[in-house]
Amino acid sequence: MAELNTGDGGGKKGGKKVRSKKQNSKVDLTAMVDLAFLLITFFMLTTTLSKPQSMELGLPDKDEKTDTNIKVDENRTMTILIGKDNKLVRYVGILASPVAGGAPKDFVYGKEGIRAELLSRKKSVLAYSTAKGKPKNGMIVIIKPSKKSTYRNLVDILDEMAIVDVPTYAIVNDFTPEETKLLEGKKE
Amino acid sequence: MAVKTQKKATSIDMTAMCDVAFLLLTFFILTATAKIPEALPVDAPSSTVQTKLPESDLVTLTIGKNKVFFDLIGREVRIRTLELMAEKYGVEFSEDDRIEFSKMGGFGVPIENLKQIIEMTSAERVKAGQPGIPKDSLDNQLAEWVQNARIANIEIKDKELQFAIKGDAKEEYPSIRKVMDILQDQKVNSFSLVTGLRGKDF
Repeated sequence: MAELNTGDGGGKKGGKKVRSKKQNSKVDLTAMVDLAFLLITFFMLTTTLSKPQSMELGLPDKDEKTDTNIKVDENRTMTILIGKDNKLVRYVGILASPVAGGAPKDFVYGKEGIRAELLSRKKSVLAYSTAKGKPKNGMIVIIKPSKKSTYRNLVDILDEMAIVDVPTYAIVNDFTPEETKLLEGKKE
Repeated sequence: MAVKTQKKATSIDMTAMCDVAFLLLTFFILTATAKIPEALPVDAPSSTVQTKLPESDLVTLTIGKNKVFFDLIGREVRIRTLELMAEKYGVEFSEDDRIEFSKMGGFGVPIENLKQIIEMTSAERVKAGQPGIPKDSLDNQLAEWVQNARIANIEIKDKELQFAIKGDAKEEYPSIRKVMDILQDQKVNSFSLVTGLRGKDF
């Protein structure tokens, strides 16, 4: 690049003029190409990566009250209650008489916590359904976000559903008094 | 011989390479769309799901600090939606207002104040402290926006509009549920939740 400057300086002398012109005919483009590719990389990555991710969520139709009373096998259902300050309680079956090993228990979010529980429960439900001759009946998870839970908690749980690949899950907003009590701390 | 060829190789003609590089650069710069500053910046929660948001026929409802902002993709649909809303609430918008509205990003003001927001520059809009679109049962403008955007999209593109909810991670569940309820009241039962990306080991 420095060669560019020498061109104008030697303009007066005839002999040198020719020489400097010949030198100028080849500009070093390395730096320019470097810069161009750097910018290309930048624009390529920003255009493709800036598109936000999204999670599909399908909710049941609100008006159809008829299908709310379908009886489901209590051995297949797990209820997850989401409370404030990242509190998470789950129980299996009916709250008053939970399935063996499914009594209300606190869990933490993430790999070691609720995911391990979901995976093991999924396996046992599958074994249970296969024993009954209906291996297609997988686990059902009922998600109950309380009023104090945050959006992050809900997305985290929905994400766990996607990771664990739970076949059926639903978000339910009704809280029974017992469930509210459970979330507020074990005062029973 | 070996020494001679090595010396020759030290300066390659990079003109063609440079040409190609700048051609690509120009292409990427031109295709990249300038990012409109978000009227309500939110910190979306992250998930492992890798579905991308659709690029067209999309309404994004941004929820944060108990406020809801509305954003719609597609200029013609935006103009038509604004016309329908203006008709419904009896607010006048000039031709310039409509064009400016079709270019701006999300907004969160009652329709009575929308004209002032349209007249601002995009930097002013961010600072304006928009109060969010009214969504309570007495004055449910959000439901009207959703409804009219769907009508406009069907009129212009003959396609059903899709909805995305972009909530702040710290937002409490009831305000998210309120928006979901408004969508569900119109039988929009399927929508996307905008999230960031993370790995499975958390």
